[in-house]
Amino acid sequence: MAQAEIPYQEAIPLHDPHSWITKYWFSQDHKVIAVQYGITAVAVGLVALVLSWIMRTQIGFPGAVEWITPDIYYQSVTMHGMIMVIYLLTAFLLGSFGNYLVPLMLGARDMVFPFVNMISYHVYLASVLILMAGYLFPGTLGGPTGAGWTLYPPQAILSGTPGADWGILTMLASLAVFIVAFTMGGLNYITTILQARTRGMTMMRMPLSIWGIGMATVLGLLAFPALFVSAIMMTLDNLIGTSFFMPAINSAFDAGEDYQGGSPLLFQHLFWFFGHPEVYIVALPAFGVVSDLISVHARKNIFGYRLMVWAIVAIGGLSFIVWAHHMYVAGMHPYFGFFFATTTLIIAVPTAIKVYNWTLTLWRANIRFTVPMLFAIAFVLTFVVGGLTGLFLGNVIVDVPLSDTYFVVAHFHMVMGVAPILVIFGGIYHWYPKITGRMLNDTIGRIHFWITFIGTYAIYFPMHFLAIPRRYYEYNVGESAILTQSMDILNQSITITAYIVGIAQFLFIYNLIVSYRRGREAGDNPWEANSLEWRTPQTPPVHGNWGESLPTVHRWAYDYSVPGEEKDFIPQDVPRKAQA
Amino acid sequence: MAEATAESTGLKSIAEDWSSDITTFKGVPWGKAMMWIFLLSDTFIFSIFLTSYMTVRATTAEAWPNPSEVFSLTLFGTTVPLLLIAIMTFDLITSSGTMALAVNYGYRRDKKKAVIFMLATAFFGAVFVGMQAFEWTKLIQEGVRPWGNDWGAAQFGSCFFMITGFHGLHVSAGVVYLIIISYRVWRGYYDNTNFEIVEITGLYWHFVDLVWVFIFAFFYLW
Repeated sequence: MAQAEIPYQEAIPLHDPHSWITKYWFSQDHKVIAVQYGITAVAVGLVALVLSWIMRTQIGFPGAVEWITPDIYYQSVTMHGMIMVIYLLTAFLLGSFGNYLVPLMLGARDMVFPFVNMISYHVYLASVLILMAGYLFPGTLGGPTGAGWTLYPPQAILSGTPGADWGILTMLASLAVFIVAFTMGGLNYITTILQARTRGMTMMRMPLSIWGIGMATVLGLLAFPALFVSAIMMTLDNLIGTSFFMPAINSAFDAGEDYQGGSPLLFQHLFWFFGHPEVYIVALPAFGVVSDLISVHARKNIFGYRLMVWAIVAIGGLSFIVWAHHMYVAGMHPYFGFFFATTTLIIAVPTAIKVYNWTLTLWRANIRFTVPMLFAIAFVLTFVVGGLTGLFLGNVIVDVPLSDTYFVVAHFHMVMGVAPILVIFGGIYHWYPKITGRMLNDTIGRIHFWITFIGTYAIYFPMHFLAIPRRYYEYNVGESAILTQSMDILNQSITITAYIVGIAQFLFIYNLIVSYRRGREAGDNPWEANSLEWRTPQTPPVHGNWGESLPTVHRWAYDYSVPGEEKDFIPQDVPRKAQA
Repeated sequence: MAEATAESTGLKSIAEDWSSDITTFKGVPWGKAMMWIFLLSDTFIFSIFLTSYMTVRATTAEAWPNPSEVFSLTLFGTTVPLLLIAIMTFDLITSSGTMALAVNYGYRRDKKKAVIFMLATAFFGAVFVGMQAFEWTKLIQEGVRPWGNDWGAAQFGSCFFMITGFHGLHVSAGVVYLIIISYRVWRGYYDNTNFEIVEITGLYWHFVDLVWVFIFAFFYLW
């Protein structure tokens, strides 16, 4: 049977690197760019880790470390939040997993526009450097912004908030630059998924990772504009004294400009119009990746593939009409709260479908408790815990007393902090053999897993019961002391666990570095998985991925333990037997 | 797995076409697909700009300046409301017409005419930016600043300079883009393609025009 030539894909020659710089620094190979994104995101994530130690130290042992002033504390809270959400989670799940997996899983030679892809990484790197430049402006009110990661005006740009001079500007500029980087990468992912699949790779044969990454990218392209516009508007408010977000302000706050008539609530709407889809920008790739991990390591097809796909699409669509559930106490019209509480509870339906399907995939499966599988199961457990507290917070009347307490902190750390990070770990343990050709050390991996998993529960579970307001620098000041001794002990134990879990992450990084040279040889397909990235002629795959011709796909990615077959997995490019 | 069958009709066959292998949009080059997706994202940027403008206009306590007075032009002793804006809009819509001609000649492989009409489009675009500069100068001379003005709400100037400025940047970028692409078409970079690059450039240009229609409606007519 003559095969139709795949348009563009086979006609256009790849740009082959000629020197070390074009191979490892200004590379146009999606796999190198993925690793660049990954390394940068992990590096900036370590900064966020240290920042979390700083704030936990202050909460657990107030006053024990002298240089943790209120300014340092609030700057650490802010930078920790922003780095984790944007520069680590978004950048890693889409920039790294997205770049690595999209062309390989779809059987493409590269992204459709490798040059734009290369620029995307370097613009992302610039945004990280601009963010860190906040630390270069010290002084009485200098340093990065301490406005909280939500950057609510008016306080974000009023004097008295740390970093109101330069910190907020570096933050806003960095976000705008990040959005430019994301847009360039995101356009590539979507166009590749839509227009550059290989022969036989229909939409409904794509691995769920691709569905998750693709839908998250759509969300990003439509949600980041809101953050981009509000960053521009707040920069103008700060720099030249416009009043988009700034109401008239009592001169006691020394506003410096005559602000009048702006709408702080508008910023909250814009921020959360971005901010809520952002939760799913992080969650959807995690959903997709974890579906693949569970299916591969449970040796069983994913339960309800079609429903999983439609759940991803439904969650993506619904995520645009739930944003104001972050604003129940902001002073909106109460009917808004009614509407957004309803949509918020509706979004729990497709999410619950996914959780049931993961559970049913595990049901009576031939589970291999590999390190990636441990992380995948841990994700499902953590996601359920975080999701259940979300049901409380989604209801207006329950949310009002819980707003700005550690219940909220515990909720979002469980559901969108720890859970996606567990998937990132699982994904790294799963694909590291393909990226480097060597396995990660299993023993270190298991130690890393158990410390991280138990540790995060020891940190965040007690927070649900702490019932103290969040973002306080110090609780027990003179007569206004509000914490009981048992609360102090809880806080101290959380802080100590945070140290331990943090140190365990260095074990993981040690594993990454050492296994690169000394790890066990992995072979082409160590997990006996089906999807196309395990079917490259070389491991690690070379530039162009597929050698002479692109693979042809004959089946979905989940043919595990098919009855009557010799092996318990049938890769996607194995032809079907002739129908009898 | 449902296999595509020849018998499928109606909506089902559309869904099967879209979800079939290799490409979702048949015969659409990568660049064109990517430009459409980019424009979708950019649509959100402008929508949010305009929504924010409407929000601050609705929430600010002070009166909003009357656009037909603010944007009037006095010519030969008579004051005509919105005259300059009418000319600017006409200019930009004309440029859309020349762009459509350029796309047409591109697909006919008539390189010379395609380049001429692309440059004509760039010219009209540059004229638009020039008139915008004139409009800004006039308003600044009359005392409009981003942080305040003599006629009413301070947000009038803030929104005006921000939104028309952002649109003007898009037009300027489009002019540069058109000049680069017409140079490359002329030099034969795209000779072994269907000149879809002209259409891709055109998509961007028509988008910028369309955005102007909305800015025009929301800013000058409201």
